[in-house]
Amino acid sequence: MFSGSSTFVSEVDQAFLFILIISVIFFVGIVFAMIYFVVRYHHKKNQTVSQSSGNLTLELLWTVIPTILVLAMFYYGFIGYRNMKTIPPDALEIQALGRMWSWLYTYENGYQTDTLTVPVGKPVKIRVESADVLHSFYIPAFRIKQDAVPGMKNYVWFEATETGTFDIFCAEYCGDRHSYMLSLVKVVPQEEYASWYDGTAQFASAASGGAAGGGAERKPGSRGPMLVKIKGCVACHSIDGSPLVGPTFKGVFGHQVAVITDGKEREILADEEYLRRSILEPQTDRVKGFENIPMPPQNLTEEELAEIIAYIKELQ
Amino acid sequence: MAKNAHNKDLQVAHPETSHAHGEHHPELGFWRKYVFSTDHKIIGLQYGFTALFFLLFGFTLVMIMRWQLAYPGEAIPLIGWLFSEESMPGGVMLPEFYNQLGAMHGTIMVFLGVVPLAVGAFGNYVVPLQIGAPDMAFPKLNMASYWAYFLGGVVMLSSFFVPAGAAKAGWTSYPPLANIETMGQTMWLLGMVFLITSSLLGAINFLTTIIQLRAEGLTFMRFPFFVWAQLITSFLLLLAFPPLEAAAILQLMDRLAGTSFFMPGGLVVSGQVMDISGGGSPLLWQHLFWFLAHPEVYVLILPAMGIVAEIIANNTRKPLWGYKAMVYSVIFLGFMSFIVWAHHMFITGMGTAISAFFQITTMIISIPSVIILSALFLSLWGGSIRFTTPMLFALGFLPMFGIGGLTGLPLGLAPTDIHLHDTYYVIGHFHYVVAPGTILALFAGIYYWYPKITGRSMNDLLGKIHFWGTIICMNFIFMPMFIQGLAGVSRRLYDGGQLYQFAQPVLKWNEVMSIAAWIMGLVQIVFIVNLFMSIRKGKKVSDNPWEATTLEWSATSSPPLAHGNFETMPQVYRGPYEYSVPGNSRDFAPQNEPEEKVSAA
Repeated sequence: MFSGSSTFVSEVDQAFLFILIISVIFFVGIVFAMIYFVVRYHHKKNQTVSQSSGNLTLELLWTVIPTILVLAMFYYGFIGYRNMKTIPPDALEIQALGRMWSWLYTYENGYQTDTLTVPVGKPVKIRVESADVLHSFYIPAFRIKQDAVPGMKNYVWFEATETGTFDIFCAEYCGDRHSYMLSLVKVVPQEEYASWYDGTAQFASAASGGAAGGGAERKPGSRGPMLVKIKGCVACHSIDGSPLVGPTFKGVFGHQVAVITDGKEREILADEEYLRRSILEPQTDRVKGFENIPMPPQNLTEEELAEIIAYIKELQ
Repeated sequence: MAKNAHNKDLQVAHPETSHAHGEHHPELGFWRKYVFSTDHKIIGLQYGFTALFFLLFGFTLVMIMRWQLAYPGEAIPLIGWLFSEESMPGGVMLPEFYNQLGAMHGTIMVFLGVVPLAVGAFGNYVVPLQIGAPDMAFPKLNMASYWAYFLGGVVMLSSFFVPAGAAKAGWTSYPPLANIETMGQTMWLLGMVFLITSSLLGAINFLTTIIQLRAEGLTFMRFPFFVWAQLITSFLLLLAFPPLEAAAILQLMDRLAGTSFFMPGGLVVSGQVMDISGGGSPLLWQHLFWFLAHPEVYVLILPAMGIVAEIIANNTRKPLWGYKAMVYSVIFLGFMSFIVWAHHMFITGMGTAISAFFQITTMIISIPSVIILSALFLSLWGGSIRFTTPMLFALGFLPMFGIGGLTGLPLGLAPTDIHLHDTYYVIGHFHYVVAPGTILALFAGIYYWYPKITGRSMNDLLGKIHFWGTIICMNFIFMPMFIQGLAGVSRRLYDGGQLYQFAQPVLKWNEVMSIAAWIMGLVQIVFIVNLFMSIRKGKKVSDNPWEATTLEWSATSSPPLAHGNFETMPQVYRGPYEYSVPGNSRDFAPQNEPEEKVSAA
């Protein structure tokens, strides 16, 4: 805390400091008084015991002063909270979809990505949603956090005050690989954002399942690296051969794989048909040695599916 | 009114005590006497030992987790062979196992450790003695309560051995994740149903006992503060637990019967749309859970405050300062604790107006705690303080609970809570309330009432080593959590946040915290040795070794089982804390001694 990069930072940190200073004064006061009492009134030093069992004025003071203090804290805090809940009407809207275990950002033009890019000095409104379980969209450097609740559309907004790259956490525990559900927000100058956003238009149509991008001649599978990131596959399936929660993509194609089908073990050849089935119905043939962990929905188009399969075939 | 009905009540509750003392009683066999006992003292001890076992077990789980946090991905030394290949292949902990340990640590410490020790053990053993009752009002219900708790514990422990292990959706078990988790979650819910049932049975029993079975002359304002604390605690348990019991059964039905109380429609898991009707709400669970779990915090803390109040009055040799203010505060606290729960949910998408309401109630609930705490520490003023082992623990409680309370303020205000929610700051805050707070007070209670239970006192030197070792280690464990939390490090991270760039500067604290936790584990051996050795080797002491005023000290130590605790039914003449009254022959005036006996002749 006490360094950050959004317009909320100073408000939140000041409210915290205000509470902290009052707390420290109280705490230090009480501890010193306590130490004084236990030294001064040690039974060796004090035999004449006070019969004081209360004092109405003191008790009232002790009630009224903290009440005023906490209500002052409330007022201070509520002003800050109201600002955080009042979304400027001109804010740029981006959807953040949480799923086990990655974030997917969708811009107004349909462009999808796993890294959030936003302009500096402009209010941005994030529509936080979830496809499966609870997640929470958290950018510590901006002091914002919003739960993603399936079935609800929650909003959170911020205005970044400096350019740079900041971590995005999932703050709500969401299953075995919760710790790896990390993402980044890139804050760029406004002009840079504008040109970047224009450049996404062609990908946007491709990523959202429209006509193949640009019309130029493309090699099948060339969009694979981007798709496995956007669709969150790499949160559980590595591309370098290391086993994560799910089996790696590397070196699968064309090899024999031991799988569990209907509770029985068998060996099958990982052909194109097998890859397709594993993506669409992951439970049918579960690779032996991996737990039966729910794979989140991908909503792949036929074209995207073909791209990903082509990409996995290349990873040898 | 209770006075007139007094004798009749006793007969109804405990026919055998109505006989004149000294009449021959048929001896109960071993099983009826020590295992399926209906005597509140045996049940209290059963609760006590079971709860201490679970505290140790729950702490062991976290000591294993702390290896993974301090040295992520490294094989655990010495004890790695104890675990199966599915949880720790080659001694390296898997996330699945870490998450089981985390969820079970929380569940065990709260529901199987601290509450049963504070309410089940201390409440059962001490409350009937302190109000001069021969036993609890419903002895068989009392036995049922213990055995429901025991079964709940067995179910929870055995869940580690079902396929895919114990519950791992956190101690809060938020759906939809909890609904789609492995079989351990079903066991968790079954265990909770047993534990909640146990608490409900206990709560009804305490309420009836305290109100109906108090000794003649023991008016409400003559109650020791500990009895007040237990009375309010029982109200909280009785009113707050039913919603969670209902919620646990609804989640069980979601998992087993295909209902969708907590599941919205259109959830897509494993690439397939779930075959459920939908229409449920994940937030409903959170409301039901926190409607219990916030009052639960006060269930954890009130008995601790009660214990500390007894010990401070006794060891300062003066009346508690502001007894009445403390009583009114604890009643107010009880009411208020039912309308603050949603401060756990500020970031779920709650409206501004309703969250303003919960922010105000949360700010206000801090006032009665401030009053109780300051009354306790002002009680030191003008006293003649003895530094016994229980007093050390009680004095340690005051500043430690103070830290726990004060660090809660930023969590009660939405703007600061938004940043701190679900970070290690929350973990630090909560643990300061419950570990250096409640658990220190519970240790104080064990040292304080041990002579009443056994007729011998625990070793003082070992007690002091235990105190200093524990309180120092606790601060090294929990203080760095505030630093990590302020930096934004989330909780429930399997590797403690290694992957996050900005968390790097504060991660070095993980090793410090872990080492402190392990040393604290070693320090507890001193306590365990002291606890068991003193049963035979402790110094023999009189019935009232602390020269205390409350009724339990007028019973013989190790009070007779099933004989009704007291030789003759006590009559109460005065308030609970008449210490050092000028003109008296001694510096304490027991509640049951008539005026002519205590005044200097």
